[in-house]
Amino acid sequence: MLAYIGRRVVLAVFTVWAISVLSFAIIQLPPGDYVSSYIAQMASMGSVVTDEEAQNLRIQYGLGQPMYVQYLKWMKLIVQGDFGMSMEWKRPNTEVIGARLWMTVLISVAALILTWILALPIGIYSAVRQYSVGDYVATFIGFVGLAVPNFLLALVLLYLGFVLFDAHIGGLFSPELQDADWSAAKVWDLLKHVPIPALILGLAGTAQQIRIMRANLLDELRKPYVVTARSKGLSESKVVLKYPVRVALNPFASTIGYTLPYIVSGSIIVSLVLGLPTVGPLLLKALIAQDMFLAGTIVLLLGVMTVIGTLISDILLVWIDPRIRLEET
Amino acid sequence: MAVAVAADAVESQRIFVASQWQLMWWRFRKHRVAVASGIVILGFYAVVLGADFLAYADPDASEAQRSLMPPQRVYWLDGWRFGPYVHGVKGARDPQTFKRVYVSDPSQKIPLRFLVEGFEYRFLGLIPSTRHLIGVDGGLDANKTIFLLGTDVQGRDLWSRLMYGTRISLTIGLLGVTASLVLGVVLGGISGFYGGVIDTVIQRVIEILRSIPTIPLWMGLAAALPREWTILQVYFAITVIISLLGWTELARVVRGRFLSMREEDFVVSARLVGCTRLRTIFVHMVPSFMSHIIAATTLALPAMIISETSLSFLGLGLRPPAISWGVLLQQAQNVQTVAISPWLMLPAVPVIVAVMAFNFLGDGLRDAADPYGR
Repeated sequence: MLAYIGRRVVLAVFTVWAISVLSFAIIQLPPGDYVSSYIAQMASMGSVVTDEEAQNLRIQYGLGQPMYVQYLKWMKLIVQGDFGMSMEWKRPNTEVIGARLWMTVLISVAALILTWILALPIGIYSAVRQYSVGDYVATFIGFVGLAVPNFLLALVLLYLGFVLFDAHIGGLFSPELQDADWSAAKVWDLLKHVPIPALILGLAGTAQQIRIMRANLLDELRKPYVVTARSKGLSESKVVLKYPVRVALNPFASTIGYTLPYIVSGSIIVSLVLGLPTVGPLLLKALIAQDMFLAGTIVLLLGVMTVIGTLISDILLVWIDPRIRLEET
Repeated sequence: MAVAVAADAVESQRIFVASQWQLMWWRFRKHRVAVASGIVILGFYAVVLGADFLAYADPDASEAQRSLMPPQRVYWLDGWRFGPYVHGVKGARDPQTFKRVYVSDPSQKIPLRFLVEGFEYRFLGLIPSTRHLIGVDGGLDANKTIFLLGTDVQGRDLWSRLMYGTRISLTIGLLGVTASLVLGVVLGGISGFYGGVIDTVIQRVIEILRSIPTIPLWMGLAAALPREWTILQVYFAITVIISLLGWTELARVVRGRFLSMREEDFVVSARLVGCTRLRTIFVHMVPSFMSHIIAATTLALPAMIISETSLSFLGLGLRPPAISWGVLLQQAQNVQTVAISPWLMLPAVPVIVAVMAFNFLGDGLRDAADPYGR
């Protein structure tokens, strides 16, 4: 078990490293270096960067030195908690991103939880009542959920809300609480606004999980031990829930790790459509304004958050699945 | 009785002598939804080939006088005869809101003609032609026009733009999936055939790639493309970007096939009689899992289409004047716009239909390719 967790942690470290290299590449790709763009930006704002300041910045970021030196210097600054300045906002990146990152985490986790809550019972129902009307409905919704890109789903819901109820379903807060300080009322307001975006984000994942759960459970229900249990007179709910569901749950749980990156990815676009205060709109704005340090930082933080989330779900999996716990590898 | 037995014998003999592909075709044929989806997809690719013929207006021709015109209704029967026509439409400005409003004029009938002359194009890029499937006479007269699906803000015909968008969106998916396939087959093949350390390394790389959220990465890479690049350059760059992260699933399928087949009798015997490694792979192994690869590729295509659409929707993928489903949907980003002109959301329909059709077709192909399935 420790070996398994150890392997997961090593993999996570490598993943974080890969993400940091890719984020660095994103920062480096556009023509021109950070300091020249910074000076140009400041000049257009009317303030002047002295040669000395420029020189200091160049040394700090190791510009003009080989790529790997620049990368290492950037990493060093980040480990120290200095994520650089956003050119567009004239503030440290950490401050600009701030609460938005936590909103992204909140929405993603909510979507993930909703995925499980919906997929598990629906998947079990579909398998137990195979070829029933409910099964067909679930299968159909599953296919639609997979086929409709989530930003389109957001758009359609937004449109329907607008036309049918004259209500704006976007955003995470009611307008009057938008800028208010945190209070019980604001938290409640937030909780009321979370389900719709979470549902939109989670639908594709839910569709997939329902199909996995259904297929696994169907395989399991055909096994002789289920017939034995039933012939011995166990109640139907016990026959299904006691063993087959638990066995079928394993492959189901192992796909959780791939669901989270998917949800985080989706949250970027859905946030744009629904106007959610996550890092999505910020990332798009930063990329369009070529504010690459901000963009790179967002990609890095999102990636790291996803890796941590995946790691947690992997460790939870060990806890659920005794076979992994006992595996000798 | 005797006849039935004879028919049975003929039937089973047919199965014994049938080739692998024939067996798959028979099985695939039974899967009605998959067959229907296959036909839908053939239709889509027919649109890709004949986009200019099916479009009746130049997709880039804009006209401020026809901005945001709603779809025109087509009347198929003129009296009791088949004679499709549309009513003329008059544009005016609302004196209070200054918005453009369009009023249909029932007294004016504009007949719909087939195979009419229109803008010039080259069919399949080769044969110069001016014929279009439908159209109206006197195409240059601003009042005598037809807009099956309405127009966009700049007064461009949505139907014609949709035809051209289909061409770009579907070919970009096809190219992207081809690039992914090459990467996936090579890396998955190496991984599964050699095993050992190489296998472990490639598997870990795949796991790492799969645990990175892709959209922010795509956005970053796509935003870094130089602004001055031509449509063609951006098109290929986007294809490369979406395929770079999309090959992992294909590699997994290929590796799984290689692993399960490495120990099969026919592969071992091929090795024993002295086939070279290349011959073993390409003559004996590849044909037996070709069908699985085709199925996996079909299932990978929708993801490519959605990726391109998402990126272009954000304004980071293809950029106007290029036309793709994503570019068309960009105009529907704003709810207020959509509420006033709902037809701008129509490009979502082909996206959804294509993605579903590819999924069903892929499912059908996968079932047909599985010799142990029922």
